[in-house]
Amino acid sequence: MHGLVLTDYEQEMLNGQHGEAVAMCMRLVVGVARANQAPRLVEIESAHADGCLYHGIAGLEYTEKLVELGAKVKVRTTTNVSSLDLLHPSLMKADALFSANSRRLMDAHLAIGCEATWTCAPYQTGHRPAFGSQIAWAESNAIVFANSVLGARTDRYGDFLDIAAAIVGRVPFSGLHTDAGRKAVLVLDFSDISRELLDEESSWPSIGALLGDIAGSKVVALLGLPGNLSDGGLTEDRLKGLGATAASSGGVGLFHVVGVTPEAPTLAAVVGPNVATMKISTAQLRASRDRLTTAVGDGLDAVSLGTPHFSLAEFAALTKELEIGTKFAESIDFYVSTSRGVLKRAEELGYDKILLNAGGRIVTDTCTYVTPILNPNIKTVMTNSGKWAWYAPGNLGIDTILGSVKECVASAIAGKLVRNDALWQ
Amino acid sequence: MTLSGNKILTGRALHPGVGTGEVLVLDQPISFWGGVDHHGVIIDVHHPQCGQSVAGRVLIMHSGRGSSSATAVLAELIRAKKAPAAMLFTECDTILVIGALVAAELYAISIPIAELSPSDYSKLPTSGCVTVSASTETLIATIS
Repeated sequence: MHGLVLTDYEQEMLNGQHGEAVAMCMRLVVGVARANQAPRLVEIESAHADGCLYHGIAGLEYTEKLVELGAKVKVRTTTNVSSLDLLHPSLMKADALFSANSRRLMDAHLAIGCEATWTCAPYQTGHRPAFGSQIAWAESNAIVFANSVLGARTDRYGDFLDIAAAIVGRVPFSGLHTDAGRKAVLVLDFSDISRELLDEESSWPSIGALLGDIAGSKVVALLGLPGNLSDGGLTEDRLKGLGATAASSGGVGLFHVVGVTPEAPTLAAVVGPNVATMKISTAQLRASRDRLTTAVGDGLDAVSLGTPHFSLAEFAALTKELEIGTKFAESIDFYVSTSRGVLKRAEELGYDKILLNAGGRIVTDTCTYVTPILNPNIKTVMTNSGKWAWYAPGNLGIDTILGSVKECVASAIAGKLVRNDALWQ
Repeated sequence: MTLSGNKILTGRALHPGVGTGEVLVLDQPISFWGGVDHHGVIIDVHHPQCGQSVAGRVLIMHSGRGSSSATAVLAELIRAKKAPAAMLFTECDTILVIGALVAAELYAISIPIAELSPSDYSKLPTSGCVTVSASTETLIATIS
């Protein structure tokens, strides 16, 4: 028999004494606890729900069933991206039924008590759980960010369990919730990579793609990477891009950057004895970057930034590249995806106008690769995002080019690919 | 290799159910979201088995990968009857277990999922038809 022990209160919830919604959610949490061989459940302080992105009838029927049964979240719960841009509906190219079902799914989440954040980067719009806190987050990039950069504790949850956990206020005490589950089992050493190359933006998603490939879902410590999480956002955004890509090419839920991330002041703090170390070469990093580019030649139709959602610091860096009067080439569609929360602050600082005047478009509440936004004639898209580059060829049937924000802007102005490969040789 | 006659392997049940189908062994893990379309066809261009269908197959892979939306994609595939008949891993993939749990709640269709030891995993057939029978009451899955 499994060793799962429930408290009296948890047993009552499971038995239906707190209503059928709570009982159904407990059946899911307990089902996962048994699969994970968790000894008990643990109370959570926060949740991030991924189920508001429309994938079909099943997700809608599940969430509306919870509403019908009167379910309410017990902890602060933010919402991930949806399939609609409610602030810029004219950008949407989805059909009427898809749009109507997507809207119903969003409304159902609000009815359960979730906050209308509609972002894959809740951590950059005011939802930052404390170091060491137990949480139930879904959305692979948000999971790896919360664990690695914030030092909060969530396992890799998906749609359905996130909201179920928020409704019962508990998750299985296993995996990344436990001290033992957070120890690195492998070290990747980047000390052979030049500092100049590590200061290139594209190095970070490339490190992420490599990490995902090597790690699978294991916890890895990264050694020899620069960074300071108090530098105003640069390091945070680099690690955001790294983690998002690692959670796409692999199932990474937590990584440690020695000397940078909060659980890893030293290598000894995050690894057990006799852990293997792999030295990473520039050639490996280059190969990893090249995997994120599927296009051949210098043709370009569009640029997409902001996956995960653009932060205020990224907006500041982007607008610095845009001088007054800069215009993107007529042939290039230029998209930036962000949260409504960050957009509001960007508007206060005038960043939005600079981008719009150059010919850019801003997408909120959703993302350019999860719902029909791009023009159907677009074939090749440049992005600074390893995650976008990883998924877009399958989701959208287009080719991708990975580059820095600076290179994306230069390419959008030139109307064709402009990328400096000198450092990568 | 096929399992001969009455050969049986056992594993740890992650989700209960009984399923029979043609084996599909994946050389690399896959994320259902972004990796498998609504018909159950693998669309991940990075995947060596891109173009093959998982529908009705006994899907064998070390573990899932990537997006946490894979739960919803699996539940939707189960609803549309385009899901694998069963799944066998060497590492428990919570994200796919959740999709199976929700589909069982909503549609009363229960897809067996089980975890095998690496040595038993290597004994699995690479072609032919197998049946997976998993019970979470006893936490045992049999593959015959």
